[in-house]
Amino acid sequence: MSYLGKIFAIAYKDLLHEYRSRETITTMMIFSFLVVVIFNFTFDPGSSYALEAAPGIIWVAFTFSGMLGLNRSFIYEIDKGCFHGLLLSPIDRGAIYLGKMIGNIIFMTLVELLTLPLFIILFNLQFSDFLLPLLLIIFLATIGFAAVGTLFSAIAVNTKAREIMLPILLFPVVVPVILSAVNATGGLLRSDDWNQVFAWVRILLAFDVIFVAICYATFEYVVEE
Amino acid sequence: MERWTKWLGWLLLVGMILNLYFIFIYAPIEKTMGAVQKIFYFHVPSAFAAFLAFFVVAVYSALFLLKRNYFYDRISYASAEIGIIFTTIVLVTGPIWAKPTWNTWWSWDPRLTTTLILWFIYVGYLVLRDFTGEDERGARFAAVFAIVGFVDVPIVYFSIRWWRTIHPEPVLMGGEDSGLHPQMLFALLFSLAVFLLFYFYLLFTRLRLEKARMEINEMKKAIALQER
Repeated sequence: MSYLGKIFAIAYKDLLHEYRSRETITTMMIFSFLVVVIFNFTFDPGSSYALEAAPGIIWVAFTFSGMLGLNRSFIYEIDKGCFHGLLLSPIDRGAIYLGKMIGNIIFMTLVELLTLPLFIILFNLQFSDFLLPLLLIIFLATIGFAAVGTLFSAIAVNTKAREIMLPILLFPVVVPVILSAVNATGGLLRSDDWNQVFAWVRILLAFDVIFVAICYATFEYVVEE
Repeated sequence: MERWTKWLGWLLLVGMILNLYFIFIYAPIEKTMGAVQKIFYFHVPSAFAAFLAFFVVAVYSALFLLKRNYFYDRISYASAEIGIIFTTIVLVTGPIWAKPTWNTWWSWDPRLTTTLILWFIYVGYLVLRDFTGEDERGARFAAVFAIVGFVDVPIVYFSIRWWRTIHPEPVLMGGEDSGLHPQMLFALLFSLAVFLLFYFYLLFTRLRLEKARMEINEMKKAIALQER
């Protein structure tokens, strides 16, 4: 089996597990919907603040629901003893990391794509002109978030606090991702100059490249047992 | 090392008293800001000491992963704790100085925000150490997290710089207009030296404490074995 084949085999395993249990994505999605709905209560109907706060709210929904998925990502591996099997299989540790990361990216992207229409309807947004740039921003931010999140999830699952540990570790580190994603989304909503939006996309890209590389390199130190 | 630390302590005591003299008597009062500017001589050196501390954490974390020497791990741990203390000093003195000069306690400017995020990252580091126990796994996790966090800091800084800025340019090696009165510069550099010395004193003391704690643990284990 080629290296790429191994990576996709692991991602496929996660997708298959999810397809059969439907645990993670359902919870992530309901949670994401709830965040969007609850934040709507903070504004008077038709308030102009809603539009200003919209990018922030959408990314709170995405990152918090992503956190739920990332937490699950290694918990069920450990609980069912699957992780030792993974480590014993003749696969490079880096491939395990990339496979898990791709799985997490797919989960998060699915939830985001399903939340987005609800968000557009409830906040009455005009996104149709720049749907493609928006999807690009969402995709890049998800990669950065999942890259660091997958590594930290493998750490958090082995600590005493498990679920509480991940947000404390992850949120400070992904500040550039959240900041760039929120501002790029806001720029699109206000139909700012594309160059300004692109500056944020560049930060997202830089973050993705740097952190996929670093997390890939350090993952083997986390799982050596 | 123990005698060394003791001498360092005495040197530090003299240095701190001299430092107070230089700050409050020798350096002139700033023209527009007045006496409140004196906080500058504590704020900036603390920031330098904090950055040094976090740099040491990252370097010794990487060394630990490569060499697996637990002494390196203890240095990272001790340095992270001290770094948090200095960062806290920076974050407390900053608003006290900012209120009279900028007329606001806090602004979301790159350096302020980055310092705050830095503080969160290393508090996360300490929480992680607390929640993993003392085995080698805890040391490994902490080292990986410290490296990722350290690489993150410049990216945090640049992303926030894109966002907004109000903090003054660095007065040392800044632009042409920036610059300090020579006596102020001397007081600043002296204070900087004292704070860095303070960092090393704390680091050595913390390492000694950690060593003593480990020796006690060994003794406890030996006693427990004998009693069995």
